[in-house]
Amino acid sequence: MQPVIAQYIRPEVVAYAVFFFVLLLTLGGALIAVIPKSIIHNVFGLATSLVGVAGLFIYLGSEFLAMMEILIYVGAICIAIVFAIMLSQPMHLQIPPRLRPKVFFSFVVSLVVFISFTVMVVRTPWEQAVRTSNDWGVKRLGTLLLTRYELLFELISLVLLMSIIGAVITAATASSEKAPGSRDGEEDGV
Amino acid sequence: MNSLTVYLFVALLLFCIGMFGLLQRRSLIGMIISIELMLNAAGINFMAFNRFLGPDPAVGQIMVLFIMGIAAAEAAIALSLTLALFRKLRSINIEHARDLRG
Repeated sequence: MQPVIAQYIRPEVVAYAVFFFVLLLTLGGALIAVIPKSIIHNVFGLATSLVGVAGLFIYLGSEFLAMMEILIYVGAICIAIVFAIMLSQPMHLQIPPRLRPKVFFSFVVSLVVFISFTVMVVRTPWEQAVRTSNDWGVKRLGTLLLTRYELLFELISLVLLMSIIGAVITAATASSEKAPGSRDGEEDGV
Repeated sequence: MNSLTVYLFVALLLFCIGMFGLLQRRSLIGMIISIELMLNAAGINFMAFNRFLGPDPAVGQIMVLFIMGIAAAEAAIALSLTLALFRKLRSINIEHARDLRG
């Protein structure tokens, strides 16, 4: 029995199996992130999908980006979303039912986008550009970020700084000017 | 497994799922989740072109890092706006936020 199993465990078979698992993780997680009504399930679906995207990045040759994906998206953004849910969404409130026409029209719109982009992907003759470098290392990435792409690097830190200051100010001022009676009307019992 | 079209299709599916969610959800946090999915689809596309067609592997990686930074900034702003809206309206259903309707 052992050799029969062993002959299926070849590296390329394992690579295909893992690739399809990653694909399943990505698309299934995305569906869970969109379809269920419970917002907590959506966040878990988003985290699953992002882990799948990190796997795709590994298949595309960049372990560094896979690590960053898990660190930034799964570790920071999903947790931030969970915090926002805890602070804002009262779980006990009734969620109004979805409007059928709205769901139908959004499905039609995304289907049209899908079909048109599919046609574009299939019809375009993709051509390989001339490779000027074949170095996937982090060292080169860091060197480029501090030389040729320095402006990008500085810009992104500026954008992050401004957005975080803006987020703090928005959240803080909104809490100080509470509408009168909003506290009393709250029914956060239990 | 190793062809450009497979990755483009995965990214396209992810983008369309995100777009469907963005159009159909009414909870603001649900819409933010969908936007994150769409941004990730863009990142997969960058990395796929980088891997199969691009001249320099570092450039696509830098672009994806840039997308991640933008997504983090966007999530911070959007979540604080969600909190502000919730404190004002006691709800994050976007159909309740209609003060600016003409």
